[in-house]
Amino acid sequence: MEFILSILIGVLFTAAVYLILSRSLLKVILGTGLLSHGAHLLILTMGGLKGSAPPVVLDGVTDFADPLPQALILTAIVISFGVTAVMLVMAYRMYDVHRTDNMNELRGNDEHD
Amino acid sequence: MINLLLFPIIIPFFFAMILMFFKEQVVVQRVLTLIGLAFSLVASFWLIATVKTEGIQTVTLGSWPAPFGITMVSDMFSALLVTTTIIITIFVVIYSFSSIGVERERFFYYPAILFMITGINGAFTTGDIFNMFVFFEVLLIASYLLIVLGGEKRQLRESIKYILVNVISSAIFVVAVAYLYSIIGTLNMADISVKIAEINQPGIISVIAILFLIVFGIKGAIFPLYFWLPNSYAAPPIPILALFGALLTKVGVYAITRTYTLFFVHDIGFTHQFLMVLSLLTIIAGCIGALAYFDLKQIIIYNIIIAVGVILFGVAQMNTSGLEGAVYYLLHDMLIKAALFVLIGIVIYATGTSNLREMGGLIKTHATLGWTYLIAAFGLAGIPPLSGFLGKVLITKGAFEADHVIGSIIILVSSLVVLLSVIRIFIYAFWGPQKNELPIRDQRTYRQMMFPAIMLVLITVAYGVGAEWLMPYMTDAADVLADPSIYINAVLKE
Repeated sequence: MEFILSILIGVLFTAAVYLILSRSLLKVILGTGLLSHGAHLLILTMGGLKGSAPPVVLDGVTDFADPLPQALILTAIVISFGVTAVMLVMAYRMYDVHRTDNMNELRGNDEHD
Repeated sequence: MINLLLFPIIIPFFFAMILMFFKEQVVVQRVLTLIGLAFSLVASFWLIATVKTEGIQTVTLGSWPAPFGITMVSDMFSALLVTTTIIITIFVVIYSFSSIGVERERFFYYPAILFMITGINGAFTTGDIFNMFVFFEVLLIASYLLIVLGGEKRQLRESIKYILVNVISSAIFVVAVAYLYSIIGTLNMADISVKIAEINQPGIISVIAILFLIVFGIKGAIFPLYFWLPNSYAAPPIPILALFGALLTKVGVYAITRTYTLFFVHDIGFTHQFLMVLSLLTIIAGCIGALAYFDLKQIIIYNIIIAVGVILFGVAQMNTSGLEGAVYYLLHDMLIKAALFVLIGIVIYATGTSNLREMGGLIKTHATLGWTYLIAAFGLAGIPPLSGFLGKVLITKGAFEADHVIGSIIILVSSLVVLLSVIRIFIYAFWGPQKNELPIRDQRTYRQMMFPAIMLVLITVAYGVGAEWLMPYMTDAADVLADPSIYINAVLKE
């Protein structure tokens, strides 16, 4: 199970890097979404997938899942939702002002403005 | 008073929430912000006094025993940083009364600053590596708002890059924490340190150390990872730039210092050598940038990068002098960067441009500004007895003790470059004939802007001249960094 998840995480990261390196801003944002999904799955995998019972301590149950990675993912997911929402709003505003979503056209520094 | 160390985090958070209800009443917002920051300042001074007399303070949230619950830890290092953060914020907030403009103030400028302070103080105080990630996100999301506030063309363009870089580095942070958890099985920083000591840092831990260095290096702008900083920081208006320049990169520097003195201390030959080389390259890259530009903002922004290199070079020595110097220089740099940004903000306000080639002769019309700037510039370069001097002396002393002669020479030469870069501003802006007609500015606004600038410079002067009295605090902070067992005992033995 860990093996399959590792490959899945690798695929997600690859796709994320590909999308982040593309020119279109919307694809870049989708890429960051995939990147954070990969990171969340990585937490789950790294915590170990051994237990079969839910992460609740009951009498006689010794084989329960580690609750900590799940708590961590919950926090990380909320944060990445929030940040993605901020980014989408910002990308929309930027499209409004600059009339482009091509990252190549967003270059420049102070002295060239 | 066991919850004392939470006050500098909770008070700004509480006031930020209250401020959300007063969107239109700018005066109410200003007053409440100052009151909130004043309370936090009192709490943080109290915290320093408590840490000085009673040692490291800890709070485990929900009273869970130490390795299981989230721990907040305040040693002298973090208490000093928290206090400096609040002092700087107070003066930058006073400065923004007259410079940021009512439009921005009405769009949640002060709540964003207070939320950012919450995140920064939280990151300084937390004793749990995942909790540090959460506080990083708190301060980053507030900084996303601040960097884009106003929605100018350039701000939007640069802020989208700033967000992207930080989102990616946050994802890497999560990955690094996940790897660390899979090997160590704990998130409490003191416990991590104990467990790494038990398994004596095998190679995989060094890999994780470098991964953490990448994450915090992106936030703290070390050598190959500083590429995003100059343009992003130049986009927002000066008060926000001052806050970012003084505080945000220092959180990254703090995180590197904390992890590299608490976790990864068993294979110094690899990790700290790596950190040292990177910090020296950071200094060189910063020096090149600081000399290359004719733009006031860019020159000072590249000076941030130089300072990050100097501090991390001190950390990489891992001996008492080096660490003491790093702590001293870190606090000095936060104060002096805030002062310098505020001062060049006034120069830009007075001349109407940030291009050095179009300035000249300001000393005739703005004498106070000129002399204040000169003191701040000397302080930055480290002319004794101003505040930059002692930190650099201690760092170079540490480097000579550790036989890193070339590094010390680079540090000393970089001081000259720093002096040259800031004196260039003085020569071009204040000396010579007046090139362009100065725009007509309100004298009262100018005086209101000068007040926080002069206060900040006075604080840095006092920080340098009063080093004798401050040294015991620096020594306390460096002791904890030099000997992780003090930190571990304070957290786990309760």
